[in-house]
Amino acid sequence: MMLSIKNLKVSINGKEILKGVNLEVNAGEVHAIMGPNGNGKSTLANVIAGSSAYDITEGEITYKGKNLFDLSVEERACEGIFLSFQYPVEIPGVSMTNFMKAAMNAQRKYHGRDPIPAQELLAKVEQKRQLVEITEKMSGRSVNEGYSGGEKKKNEIFQMALLEPSLAILDETDSGLDIDALRVVANGVNKLKTKENAFILITHYQRLLDYIVPDFVHVLYEGRIVKSGGRELAQELEEKGYEWLKDVVVK
Amino acid sequence: MEKESNSLLKEIAQSEYKYGFTSDIEMVMAPIGLSEDTVRFISQKKNEPEFMLEFRLKAYRNWLTMTEPTWAHISHPPIDYQNIYYYAAPKKKKQLSSIEEVDPELIETFNKLGISLEEQKILSGVAVDAVIDSVSVKTTFSETLSKKGIIFCSMSEAVQNHPDLVKQYLGSVVPPDDNYFAALNSAVFSDGSFCYIPKGVRCPIELSTYFRINTANTGQFERTLIIADEEAYVSYMEGCTAPMRDENQLHAAIVEIVALKDASVKYSTVQNWYPGNKKGEGGIYNFVTKRGICKGNGAKISWTQVETGSAITWKYPSVILLGDNTVGEFYSVAVTNNYQQADTGTKMIHIGKNTRSTIVSKGISGGKSNNSYRGLVKIIKRAENARNHSQCDSLLLGDKCGAHTYPYIKVENKTSIVEHEATTSKISEDQLFYCNQRGISTEDAIGLIVNGYAKEVLKQLPMEFAIEAQKLLQISLEGSVG
Repeated sequence: MMLSIKNLKVSINGKEILKGVNLEVNAGEVHAIMGPNGNGKSTLANVIAGSSAYDITEGEITYKGKNLFDLSVEERACEGIFLSFQYPVEIPGVSMTNFMKAAMNAQRKYHGRDPIPAQELLAKVEQKRQLVEITEKMSGRSVNEGYSGGEKKKNEIFQMALLEPSLAILDETDSGLDIDALRVVANGVNKLKTKENAFILITHYQRLLDYIVPDFVHVLYEGRIVKSGGRELAQELEEKGYEWLKDVVVK
Repeated sequence: MEKESNSLLKEIAQSEYKYGFTSDIEMVMAPIGLSEDTVRFISQKKNEPEFMLEFRLKAYRNWLTMTEPTWAHISHPPIDYQNIYYYAAPKKKKQLSSIEEVDPELIETFNKLGISLEEQKILSGVAVDAVIDSVSVKTTFSETLSKKGIIFCSMSEAVQNHPDLVKQYLGSVVPPDDNYFAALNSAVFSDGSFCYIPKGVRCPIELSTYFRINTANTGQFERTLIIADEEAYVSYMEGCTAPMRDENQLHAAIVEIVALKDASVKYSTVQNWYPGNKKGEGGIYNFVTKRGICKGNGAKISWTQVETGSAITWKYPSVILLGDNTVGEFYSVAVTNNYQQADTGTKMIHIGKNTRSTIVSKGISGGKSNNSYRGLVKIIKRAENARNHSQCDSLLLGDKCGAHTYPYIKVENKTSIVEHEATTSKISEDQLFYCNQRGISTEDAIGLIVNGYAKEVLKQLPMEFAIEAQKLLQISLEGSVG
């Protein structure tokens, strides 16, 4: 089992957001987490990544057999956790290539490997940017600077392709994307899926799930996963909305 | 050009020392305080000709009538000018017998900067098996340079051996009555560098390597004069990325550059004087007057500086664009952390026709520091077709530091084109989290971001120093965010 979350409770500024989340993800699986806005989806993603903005009041997360709370943000990344941000920040003056070089070398160092040779890096960058249909100009520009929303999301997938994570969490990657961009992003993710890695797709709409077919769908409602199912659950939510879940929630 | 300098350095570091090492040098000092007697004492000790004494005395008398300027955005306790020794014979720093005796923090910094072990020993004053004899170093370099007619020696030597050149140009760019600290320096300057490049000669050696070996005894009131004759070229590098300590708190140097017709001078500075401790105690006051004049048509002067040290930095390397078709450039990265203060910038004075100036200033503030850019672009009435582009950027790390910009633009000619851009930004927690999430440590992330920010300036530096400067930036900012 790659990721195991047990009874996770998280607060921010004294307000409880996650009220006992349970989730299990195995290698080779694609999980979708859906739910109304403000119910904790991004919180969950950020807590797994290690953001210090949140207080973990109860529960445990085990990742690849390790207690995740023992690892810093960088260590979690080097252990193979990747978060595709909902709102990727800009880093002016730092080129994408330099940024990825720093990231790849940091992760290689963690695993006792030598830094990546320049030739190999450029070849990889070239290969992966084609995968995500990013223009050559983009890879030379500063990280996310002046990118449109769609370009930023594509750039996240580009980075994911280069870093080859074990567990990729996509936080509302589809929001703000038109159909073409959505298709490209989904295509990229599908090409990167293997039996060894796993994906958690956080999404508000079921549209993305037409392109990236999930093995499991969970609904995060009022801080808990209240229902889990196959992809039909996503369809059901699309048709009925989230209101009916009130009756499902165990008080 | 670089290969020559580097192999020379290796050679010297590895060669055998022929003469014994004297550890005890008698020190001759002037009595504490400053008076006309002090000035005479200094001049007499250096055996200076009459004209030099007159220069000093005139400056001293002027200084008495002047008051310290207070307009800069810096604050410090009043300086007691009578509580300073104005002359101490050059003394060798205390000799240590092995590298183990050196402050381990210093060694850690050297390692982080990538300075070789040999150089570490030299810089910390360890008596090495293969010692650098300053006499022999000078000889080796002097031979190469003198073949081309290049004069490169100490200011003291220049006064003795090349009085005509000194008489002609000393004080011609920074007159002794220019400002309070210039007057002080002109009266009591200890030593410095003198450089003359003859007509049509391109100096083959980056005049940096030599300087590094001799930074151990950098003076308090340094005086440098560089003259590039017609069509000459020289790239001059001052300073050291290694942190430099000194008992003397006040440093008031003067650098004058004269570029004649079609000559080109590139002057780079990396300054890392002791900035004081984390509580803001101690640290060097670096009050410098640097100015160049593009005297002949087609001349070019370029200033590049990386300022990371000193408790207080107060300097405005400037260019007077007197000749037609002349070019002035100023590239600066100024870092302040903890309680440091910097008020730095440039003045570009456009006088001739078709003159051009470029200003790129990158300020980085961290901790509780204050960083100010102060610049003047002045285009006088007869300066036809002048062009200026200025870019002043401030980067704030954390929320307790300050960045300030004081741009002055005075244009008196209608055909001028002057552009000014300014940005203010910060490294946010979000940016650091983003980098962390890709596996990059916070320390490396700050280094990455700051270097990206300063890239435009760093690429102006001679290559060997550009790499060290990058590491220096990263180290200077340790503990600045949070």
